Amino acid sequence: MDVLFLSRIQFALTTMFHILFPVLTIGLSLHLVIFELLWLVTEQEVYYRMYRFWVKIFAINFGIGVVSGVVLEFEFGTNFSTFSQAVSNVFSPLLAFEVLTAFFLESGFLGIMLFGWERVRRSIHFLATCLVSFGAIVSAFWILAANSWMQTPAGYRLVDGRFMVTDFAAVIFNPSLLARMSHMTIASFETSAFVIAGISAYFLLKERHPALFRRSLGIALMMAALFAPLQVYLGDVSGRQVFKHQPLKLAAMESHWETNTTGGASFSVVAIPDMNAERNLFSIDIPNGLSLLVTHSPHGKVRGLIEFPREDRPDVFILFWTFRLMVAIGFILLLVMVWAAFLWRAGRLYQNRRFLKSLLVLHPLGFLATEFGWITNEVGRQPWLVYNVMRTAQGVSPVAVGNVIWSLSLFLIIFLVVGTSYLYYILKAVRRGPDLSSPIPSVQKPAGMKLLREPKDKTAAATIKKRDEN
Amino acid sequence: MDFITLWACLIGLAILLYVILDGFSLGVALLFRTTRNEEERDLLMDSIAPVWDANQTWLVFGGGGLFVAFPLIYGVLFSSLYIPLLTFVFGLIFRGVTFEFRSNATRKRPWNLAFFLGSLVAVITQGLTLGGILSGTKVVAGHFAGGPFDWLNPFSITVGLALVAGYILLGSTYLIIKTAGTVQERAYLQATRSAWIVLAFQILITIWTAIHYPPSLSNWINPPRVYFIWIFPLIGLLAFYGTVRSLNSRRELLPFFFSATFFFAGYLGLIASIYPYVVPPNITFQQAAAQRETLRFTLWGVVIVLPLVLGYTVYSYLIFRGKVGPDRYY
Repeated sequence: MDVLFLSRIQFALTTMFHILFPVLTIGLSLHLVIFELLWLVTEQEVYYRMYRFWVKIFAINFGIGVVSGVVLEFEFGTNFSTFSQAVSNVFSPLLAFEVLTAFFLESGFLGIMLFGWERVRRSIHFLATCLVSFGAIVSAFWILAANSWMQTPAGYRLVDGRFMVTDFAAVIFNPSLLARMSHMTIASFETSAFVIAGISAYFLLKERHPALFRRSLGIALMMAALFAPLQVYLGDVSGRQVFKHQPLKLAAMESHWETNTTGGASFSVVAIPDMNAERNLFSIDIPNGLSLLVTHSPHGKVRGLIEFPREDRPDVFILFWTFRLMVAIGFILLLVMVWAAFLWRAGRLYQNRRFLKSLLVLHPLGFLATEFGWITNEVGRQPWLVYNVMRTAQGVSPVAVGNVIWSLSLFLIIFLVVGTSYLYYILKAVRRGPDLSSPIPSVQKPAGMKLLREPKDKTAAATIKKRDEN
Repeated sequence: MDFITLWACLIGLAILLYVILDGFSLGVALLFRTTRNEEERDLLMDSIAPVWDANQTWLVFGGGGLFVAFPLIYGVLFSSLYIPLLTFVFGLIFRGVTFEFRSNATRKRPWNLAFFLGSLVAVITQGLTLGGILSGTKVVAGHFAGGPFDWLNPFSITVGLALVAGYILLGSTYLIIKTAGTVQERAYLQATRSAWIVLAFQILITIWTAIHYPPSLSNWINPPRVYFIWIFPLIGLLAFYGTVRSLNSRRELLPFFFSATFFFAGYLGLIASIYPYVVPPNITFQQAAAQRETLRFTLWGVVIVLPLVLGYTVYSYLIFRGKVGPDRYY
């Protein structure tokens, strides 16, 4: 129960809480760009109503993402000031650029996106939506540059324990940035596509607003069809990056103890590692599987955990299982898309109730996969703060343990209150359904707008009748 | 002008912009307790809803800039002010989530309270932070070496209360611009009252700082600073006079601008009294600065991007100009 341990728990919890929201911000904003583009081009009312429904969820989500993120910026200084002061020359510009090029952009145009319906032209509003989405992606770029630098540091030299920059291009475009940034961005797109698909499926199952949600579902599934396989590929790319630059982390992720000198390294589907005994108590293995996976050849050499000093090894049990759970989810989502492809060919995509129910049940999985992936990434980085250069224990702030108890307790209270409120209000907004009766602002309404007709939906028909009467 | 001084000015500007912009946002939230019904509270929220997030981002930029340019200060101050700073952020969380949660809620009372309390906590902890900085920080070999409550003393608590009054002044003068009718009338009254309270606090704290932190006293009475430092209280007094006059003559835009100038003058006066010791009592800007390459690289980014940011920020305010009311945001 010391400052280091509590600070690590606090940073882990604040990050795990925060990451859920940008995932939806990044992914949902991309879908909103598509919905608004369709509205502008086709002039069909259904896309306007669709946008305004999904943006309500986006708005609830965005604010929490921002405020939970501010905590993290402060936490570098409050809990890891020694680290911050040591790496600042290299690390801090990445965060500063994130604020300059992403946070200001998102927050600057969010107001127009959420509230500017009657005050700007349609094209300006669309621009605002695009800029918010772009800002979210740029933000992911910079923060992943910073995190990737911690994993695969480059472009620096050490002078008296202080990191000095030698080459900013090398700092930013460090070896693992591109792989990890694309993996995270696509994760956000894919997670959000399944969220939209799941919620749309809910409405189709209840036979509420079928015309609107059929289109929502269709667009989301098209995106998921693109991203699910892409993400599996990017996962492989990331894995090979880890193999190349962080072999100890990879060995831990695979619970691979002995370096294979003759023959291939086997892939453990399941395993129960024993870190003291330096072996797996139980495992189900696929021969040559690991060599094939990371070296793309059946007998490729994969260094085992015992090659590395004990004090450098991260927790094998956690890494092995979080990694596998993440991959399992990735494949489940891929299989769902394969099922969707068959249904689409058969013309039963929106009618198959078992499929729609599956979408509803599985829709939060992306969030789980994201958390598992980040746990793998960060627990795998331990015991290092800057991989192979600076240990976590060396980076903590010289503060009293009471400070961290205070902040950790505050944070747990907030996590509970804000987290449950968030779920409550999102569910409330979803269940309320799209607003079909509010008048469309005149600046948004094109002369030849094609009205939304929902003949089979009683609730929608009533509101449309009321609207047409006004 | 060398990079170090340039960066110091930049961070100073970012913090000033944050104080004015989030000052009125937090101030409006503090005034929540003086509203009579939900409609009035809706008006108050609508007045800041499109801009509060961008306003808050100046804080993140100031903190980020501090981290880039003066990492020693960032590390030392964030450790020494651990408790007020993280409590500040937690207050901001409650303030921030209320916008969307309240609009979706049928029972608004808990969120009205969250909005007010979150903002109150945020403002008081800001004051505790500033007071804490002025109370001196123990630094050994470039790292913080003091205790967890060094920042807590009557001086810093007074600064916290002063900020409450100050932000109420900014908030009420902002509401004069954005609202009409009963709410605006009430805002005129609140602005006048808070202006006098702020003046009293301003004088009290200026004198107290000189006592609490003796090196600043010498800056007030010894050359060369004595030749120009007195300009700031003078501007402050003129701005105060302007504030009260424009409030009495029921002007709409001027009270806010005079109040902001009043803040600006106090801020500059404070800096003039402690410069160059940015972490009293013994760390200067020069000592705390980052590697030159870092300062240069990031400065390029700022020079290119910041004018754009300022541009679209002004654009956003123009889009949302005028009184709140007709098109309800929530």
